[in-house]
Amino acid sequence: MSKTGFPAAARQALGDTQMRRNVGKATSTIRARRAARVAEVPDWEALRDAGAAIKARAMATMPEQLERLEASVTRAGGKVHWARDAAECNAIVGGIAAGHGARQVIKVKSLATDEIGLNDALAAQGVEAIETDLAELINQLAHDTSSHILVPAIHRNRAEVKLLFEHTIARGQDLGWDITAIAEAARRHLREKFLSVPVAISGANFGIAETGTICVVESEGNGRMCLTLPRVLITVMGIEKVLVEWRDLEVCLQLLPRSSTGERMNPYTSLWTGVRAGDGPEEFHLVLLDNGRTDVLGDELGRQALHCIRCSACLNSCPVYSRTGGHAYESVYPGPIGAILTPQLRGLENAPTLPYASSLCGACYEVCPVKIDIPSVLLHLRGRVVREYKSRVSPEALAMETVGRVFGSQRRYEQAQKLARLGHGPIVAAALPGWSAMRGLPEVPEQSFREWWRSRPARPVRGDGAGP
Amino acid sequence: MRVALFITCFNDTLFPQTGRAVVTLLERLGAQVDFPEAQTCCGQMHTNTGYQNRGRSLARRFERVFAGADAVVSPSASCVAYLRENGGGLDGRLAELTEFLVDRLGVEDVGATFPHRVVLHPTCHSVRLMGIGDRPRRLLERVRGIDLVELGNAAECCGFGGTFSVKNADTSMAMLSDKLCDVLDTGAEVCTAADNSCLLHIGGALRRQRAGVRVMHLAEILAAT
Repeated sequence: MSKTGFPAAARQALGDTQMRRNVGKATSTIRARRAARVAEVPDWEALRDAGAAIKARAMATMPEQLERLEASVTRAGGKVHWARDAAECNAIVGGIAAGHGARQVIKVKSLATDEIGLNDALAAQGVEAIETDLAELINQLAHDTSSHILVPAIHRNRAEVKLLFEHTIARGQDLGWDITAIAEAARRHLREKFLSVPVAISGANFGIAETGTICVVESEGNGRMCLTLPRVLITVMGIEKVLVEWRDLEVCLQLLPRSSTGERMNPYTSLWTGVRAGDGPEEFHLVLLDNGRTDVLGDELGRQALHCIRCSACLNSCPVYSRTGGHAYESVYPGPIGAILTPQLRGLENAPTLPYASSLCGACYEVCPVKIDIPSVLLHLRGRVVREYKSRVSPEALAMETVGRVFGSQRRYEQAQKLARLGHGPIVAAALPGWSAMRGLPEVPEQSFREWWRSRPARPVRGDGAGP
Repeated sequence: MRVALFITCFNDTLFPQTGRAVVTLLERLGAQVDFPEAQTCCGQMHTNTGYQNRGRSLARRFERVFAGADAVVSPSASCVAYLRENGGGLDGRLAELTEFLVDRLGVEDVGATFPHRVVLHPTCHSVRLMGIGDRPRRLLERVRGIDLVELGNAAECCGFGGTFSVKNADTSMAMLSDKLCDVLDTGAEVCTAADNSCLLHIGGALRRQRAGVRVMHLAEILAAT
């Protein structure tokens, strides 16, 4: 994360008017679609409660569930690896690819592998990772990064994608403006890779401890291709994706598509358990990734960030995200969930501005399918930033201390009110910087409310007849 | 009925006319209003900025100041929501103004007349934290002569968010610009809300643009005759 953090990155993003249009339009479209799909479910609130309970239970028993998952996957013919951090995970995946002499691997969209920088790590050992999700492919070809959990190229529009494809995979061919023709260029490019590359890498939406089944949901079918055609399949799964039992999917697979794409069901829901002779990959590796998650689990209030099922409803509903886009968050996890997840995964000292990247309007909490109380976690993390990292003599800390002391006594408070009227003093000083670019400050009135109250003539009041 | 007024530091200092309107309104409805003068701030600004020890101690101070009151009313949904979540809810005796009018006094027609075109900004904390629902709208609908018009994208935040508006000024202004477009699209003369903090923000920009639209706290409309 850059030194100046979110405010400066957001400022830069807000200057990109095309991006603002693209993201604003896309988020409002998905928002409306989600609202319509959620409204048709009569027991939506009960489903949310169930989703929250399922995740809380899995988190509370995580060590046990991960060992059960390992045993189930192993029993079904898969191999389980444990990775403490990004370096370990990249080494494990790189080792498996090297063991098969792979020069290329195909990938299903995966946030966990973006989080650990897997593509760059593979490139360093001479292995090319090919993204097969359409939006991930767009970002890869443009040497760009994801700006949305679900729609990684949400910041791009049709014209930008058409030109990009013409310069890259279509090799100078004019694709026209028809979306089908533009998509067809990607389809032709990818089909060849699906049929020829022997190793695939995926993430996981859910991993069922009870059965050893891994679940990936997607919309394009590229995932289904990657999960079934190559000889070797490697799945990188953050440990928080574990579910206790098979029936938990009943709730999760209702909550996820309606919250994310605004669909009743995902177009492709792939479930596999280990390996099966003559059907799908011959070799299956599951890499369980920690990379800071255990530390998050240690924070009693902050740990609910691990409940996230990556639907991105909070991004689409967020008035901040829908204006700045995802890059301002400088993380693979943008938006409100990113604002509470990134600082916890990377350490608060590495992302101290993210917990403040919210007006606390509460729209994220309202739509979260597993009821993560994002505003409360934001406040909790702000408190930790102040207590653990902020200097006690920073201008803000000193101003807060002064204003706090003013509010602690009626006498000091009334003196400060008089000072404010003169255009000076702690109340005004705390309110002024950064405010006045677009917004005028009201004149401080000649008479405060309390002064008016004191000046009121005593008047008879109904009831006991005594004046105030 | 005796009711203690928690005016909030913000209204006390910057929007005394809101406090005067609340007093006028409540007395017109037959309540006897007290104003405990030791009151200052609820602590929301400190807590929301990360200074939670100070924020909590101010919430406790609020509790001490109002401990003896049977009922406390405040014209700020945001401060009331904060107090309820931080142990300052006085066991249910603290109410936001529109809650107090509709639920405690059982009044929707407060006898007001306000012959102007008005648009209501619902405010995030009213709707999402407090759950005051459509009480402000129901109260406004009964005002004589009022032309109450619909606000587009009403549930969207105006971008104030307390210190957010200063810490993330650029993002805050991007949000505010869109809110202004929605307000101006209505052709309203007055933009109202159950909280002056949002109105400070929206009004600050309306004034800067010389848009000719005034902001007024809901209480001021309800007090008008």
